[in-house]
Amino acid sequence: MSILIDRGSRVLVQGITGRDGSFHAKQMKEYGTRVVAGVTPGKGGTQMGGIPVFDSVEEAVAKTKADVSVIYVPAALAQDAIYESVDSEIPLVVCITEGIPVRDMVEVARYLKGRSTRLVGPNCPGLISPGRSKVGIMPGFIHTPGRIGLVSRSGTLTYEVVWQLTRAAMGQSTCIGIGGDPIIGTRFTDALALFQADDATDAVVMIGEIGGTDEEDAAALIESTMTKPVVAFIAGQTAPPGKRMGHAGAIVSGGSGTAREKMARLEQAGVPVAKVPSEIPRLVAEALARRRPKLRVVAGRAAAAKKKRVRAPVKKKRAPVAAKKKRAASGKRRTASKASAKRRR
Amino acid sequence: MNLHEYQGKELFRAAGIPVPPGETARNAEEAVAIADRLGYPVVVKAQVLIGGRGKAGGVKVARGPEDARREAGRILGMDIRGHAVRQVLITPATDIEKELYAGIVLDRKAETPLLMVSPDGGVDIEEVARTRPDRILRLHLDARGLPAYRARAAARFLDPRFAIQRRIAPILAQLARVYADQDASLAEINPLVTTPGGEVLALDAKVVLDDNALDRHPDLALMRDPGAEDPGEVEARERGLSYVRLDGTIGCVVNGAGLAMATMDLIQFHGGKPANFLDIGGSSNPEKVTAAMNILARDARVRAVLFNIFGGITRCDDVARGLLTALDRIGMRLPIVIRLTGTNEKEARDLLSSRGMTALSDMDEAVRAVIARAAEAA
Repeated sequence: MSILIDRGSRVLVQGITGRDGSFHAKQMKEYGTRVVAGVTPGKGGTQMGGIPVFDSVEEAVAKTKADVSVIYVPAALAQDAIYESVDSEIPLVVCITEGIPVRDMVEVARYLKGRSTRLVGPNCPGLISPGRSKVGIMPGFIHTPGRIGLVSRSGTLTYEVVWQLTRAAMGQSTCIGIGGDPIIGTRFTDALALFQADDATDAVVMIGEIGGTDEEDAAALIESTMTKPVVAFIAGQTAPPGKRMGHAGAIVSGGSGTAREKMARLEQAGVPVAKVPSEIPRLVAEALARRRPKLRVVAGRAAAAKKKRVRAPVKKKRAPVAAKKKRAASGKRRTASKASAKRRR
Repeated sequence: MNLHEYQGKELFRAAGIPVPPGETARNAEEAVAIADRLGYPVVVKAQVLIGGRGKAGGVKVARGPEDARREAGRILGMDIRGHAVRQVLITPATDIEKELYAGIVLDRKAETPLLMVSPDGGVDIEEVARTRPDRILRLHLDARGLPAYRARAAARFLDPRFAIQRRIAPILAQLARVYADQDASLAEINPLVTTPGGEVLALDAKVVLDDNALDRHPDLALMRDPGAEDPGEVEARERGLSYVRLDGTIGCVVNGAGLAMATMDLIQFHGGKPANFLDIGGSSNPEKVTAAMNILARDARVRAVLFNIFGGITRCDDVARGLLTALDRIGMRLPIVIRLTGTNEKEARDLLSSRGMTALSDMDEAVRAVIARAAEAA
């Protein structure tokens, strides 16, 4: 298994006849993703590399039962593209587009409240469940199937870390780029909860950066509900305050959002924080190793590990509670992934 | 994009927020002519895109023409934390009774704009937040903007007098409108003052616009003052690169913002100092690579350059071609260390080796190498 996308995911590409959309539709298809439809207004009835093109998302969904939409339209049109997919009740919308005005995303965030669609992005590389499905722009070949989940605000830095994991023989269950903008659909906390509930994920790597407080929120969630180990890296330790570092959301403002604060908060939550990206595979291996013997001790020797014994059952109890809570909170989102799983069978 | 105070005040004035009159001057003569017209005393205020002007001596009162000439002349020659003062705003001095604060920012967590008001204006709001958090009222804006009753609630928090509240409330509503209509990411009045005569005035304006929304505000895009920014940053923006100047000696050219930040951090981790943040984006366009090289070549502090490219959709051989083209066009004397990994890595290595250059594949190794080269060159 994996989170959010799997072999059964039926992908629709919004903006499929554009430069980026056509290129990546082809790349996704080559990777093995089931790209079932494309949408470009005015190009309905045509084909794009064997993929049928429709005039509207509504029509594409009706004809192809697409359950994931990936958006490659220009920034000025992105808000409308997101609305179109949300209104067709597509469970998962992945917006790759960079440069969307913040006000447009504030409006999108308001519209999404109480609706069943999950948005990933914008300004993100998308997500991949290696060997199963790729929805986005990441190079497929650097990934390998496995049991490490990865969630990141970055693009190429994510590839760097994935590549290091792959070379260290640590395959990935799912890698999600959540995006570098100040307002994004899926945050660290959402992704971590999904990984916590995923049977195919043993540990999670989280790649944050300066700006905002999402990493701090993630630390709080890890402390309170996560039993799986999380290893973190935070980019931008040398970034000066008040300057935007490429990503619209990567800015230290009013003294908050610094890498140092985020690293300290994560460490306080018991999360090993890598000083440099190349440390990540070792920290993951250590975190996994620490976890296993502890559980074995608990199961085996009673007296010697009294403390651990008390702690362990509490943790075990917590996990299902957390998972239940998450399920209740995300509502239809899970139903959607279940539905796609059923279809596969 | 940051606006100057006088530009922010223009937006405020157009929205109906009361702002004192004022004009900008580029030399002492102009300043005196404006001051004569406005009547003394006047305030001479440096127009720079950085905070802390007052503390740096960039804001002075002038009581007569001689004062105005002297202060304008002095302030126009100043350098405020790396920002040369090229314009001053001349505005009549206001009798201040109380200094208040009103500002709107994006609350990323709540995914909506946030109005903050405080009766303790005239100082950094971060400072108030730290020392007297109870003196700040926070109100989230929603799809309705700021309804009048909420503006009245904020006004009551700022001043107990109804007559003053009646003046403050519409100012807050208009500030919210400016924030939304102009696609601002910050709209701040600090201080918002009351006068002994019972007036309420915005004595300062700090407005930051969303760069991603400038396409739909051609009038605001024209407000950009390239002369007030770092020349490298101006050129980078024009070429579609993302560049921030830092104070080290190692130039870096990286694809992707996250990797670019991580590269800077790694340089520091291994004992070097990055000279810049530079993201060439997903493109392997030789023009962009050339522009990046030009910016670094002009920076006298740079001792060595690191190329850190993770080929994904960007192909390594395209970047290598861009690099070689750039080297042909500009006589680059700086040592260059190249790190390439990913798509078409081998083709890229072949291209580079045909010109006697080699590329590393490990990021840590490349960073250590560039630090060593920079030390040799120093």
